[in-house]
Amino acid sequence: MTHLVIAPVLVPLLTGIVLLLLRGMDLRWRRGLALVSVLGQIALALVLTRAVADGTILVYALGHWPAPFGIVLVADRLAAWMLVTTAVLALFALAYACLGTDREGRHFHVLFQLQLFGLSGAFLTGDLFNLFVFFEVLLIASYGLLLHGGGRLRTRAGLHYVVINLAGSALFLIAAGIFYGVLGTLNLADLAVKVAAVRPENLPLVRTAGLLLFGVFALKAALVPLYLWLPAAYANTSAPVAALFAIMTKVGAYAILRVSTLVFGTGAGPAADLMADWLLPLALLTLALGMLGAAGSDRLRVQTAYLVLASVGTLLAAGGLGTAAGIGAGLWYLPHSCFAAAALFLLADLIARGRGDLADRLAPGPVMGRHWVLGVLFFLCAIAISGLPPLSGFIGKFLILRAALDPALAAWVPWCLLAVVLAGGLLALMTLARGGSLLFYRATEQELDPGVQTPPPTGAALGLVAGLLALGVAMTVWAGPLSDYTTAVARQLLKPADYVQAVMGPRS
Amino acid sequence: MEALLSLIIGLLTACGIYLLLRARTFPVVLGLSLLSYAVNLFLFAMGRLTIGRAPIITPGAAGYTDPLPQALVLTAIVIGFAMTAFVIMLALKARAELGNDHVDGTHEPEKII
Repeated sequence: MTHLVIAPVLVPLLTGIVLLLLRGMDLRWRRGLALVSVLGQIALALVLTRAVADGTILVYALGHWPAPFGIVLVADRLAAWMLVTTAVLALFALAYACLGTDREGRHFHVLFQLQLFGLSGAFLTGDLFNLFVFFEVLLIASYGLLLHGGGRLRTRAGLHYVVINLAGSALFLIAAGIFYGVLGTLNLADLAVKVAAVRPENLPLVRTAGLLLFGVFALKAALVPLYLWLPAAYANTSAPVAALFAIMTKVGAYAILRVSTLVFGTGAGPAADLMADWLLPLALLTLALGMLGAAGSDRLRVQTAYLVLASVGTLLAAGGLGTAAGIGAGLWYLPHSCFAAAALFLLADLIARGRGDLADRLAPGPVMGRHWVLGVLFFLCAIAISGLPPLSGFIGKFLILRAALDPALAAWVPWCLLAVVLAGGLLALMTLARGGSLLFYRATEQELDPGVQTPPPTGAALGLVAGLLALGVAMTVWAGPLSDYTTAVARQLLKPADYVQAVMGPRS
Repeated sequence: MEALLSLIIGLLTACGIYLLLRARTFPVVLGLSLLSYAVNLFLFAMGRLTIGRAPIITPGAAGYTDPLPQALVLTAIVIGFAMTAFVIMLALKARAELGNDHVDGTHEPEKII
């Protein structure tokens, strides 16, 4: 039973190794194996969710070394929620890649599994240095995936992405080093205990390390002003990779939520609420800049990348409220925004393939094959992303706005958040309406040259986009139970004493 | 010894950051390497500076040095080594595909996205 906690980490790692050994095998078998593995990961994540739903925190001590001396993996409600989101998103991205993208370069499936290995590990680990290691694992896999298929633009965007993340890793190590040097531990639960009892002369060092760590996580989450790498990287990579990367920025958001509630939560004494002061203003700025970027971009994929940025802003703005309702609303919004952005990335790829040299540029072009289906799907994506009823975006934004109206918050908070979120939604609606009318309504009747004509998108590809949107519908239908669960996640996050007790054992 | 080590770490970091901000890929790669050396030394120093002490329990040892930062540095070195190899290959690929070694792929100001 206790080995359940490490299973979501081991399954993708072992699948990746097996796929590497079987690289000479027929592609159909490797695809099958990768898909079965991802289905298994979904099942494992659901089992884990069931096991932690009542509030238990499962702790797995690697090598049976007790905390804080060994590394622990910790599964709580938040980790399980992130694992389910990742695995479900990965299934759609992988299925889309199996329609042909995986032929464009070597080792796609190996890298994809290692990416999932890094993601699962980052969500489960209860150790700061181990978190660094899993970040590196998921980053090096993401470098490979980002460059998959090659091409000028991809290489150029990839170089920026790699260099900025390496610089971020150096900062992460410095922060971890300061924590170890001052407090003598890297276990997150033990850090929480020691930070709360830090001596006054060490307080500036701990605050420095905490804010360095916040900077590194903000870089991964693409928070303003560390977001400039995101649009080029996401817009130029292949469609299934971009769809999977919708979760990558959320890893940074997860790390911010985890560390700011556990180590620098309200119980952290003199270092309390260290990150919280920065989070809300930066998140609102990210949201505003993301929406403006989307409105100003002239390619559909760049626009989608900016919408991913805006979704991170929305999610962290909700988390930055610091209340159970706010964090819960943000966590409800997280899977929705991943699924919607992934759907739009896949759809943008299908649109680009049908328009010859124009690709995904937002300009009138020839009529695409199956433009009816593409148009309807685009319309649904636009509704989901801009937050109109009846799809999941509306409920997400409603929950966030309701959480912002809490009278316990500072007076400026509700007004700022309401203004930015609502104006952002309006801007998203106008942007996507403009894009849709340029792509679909103003299409010229002329046919493409026979030389550049491509077959219309297959039913399978369209079905995957529709499936991602259907997940949004499902989230709407079961909005009640899901938002109960995310509020429970938030309550658990705001009571870090339970986490500490589960990891460190009962203390006198 | 502390002052000397701090100076070395500071100098390495400063040089690393300067090179990281250069416009050609090769200085950037060098800058990342220098930065990772600085970080490794820093991590190592976080276990306090001791000379000639045993890291693991030995009968009759006068005192111990902290073995954990050494393990952390080893991990960081391995990861940094792999990343440097990767970024060198990527820089070469960019040089071949884009025709020059500017980090933006061109010396002309141009829209990237």
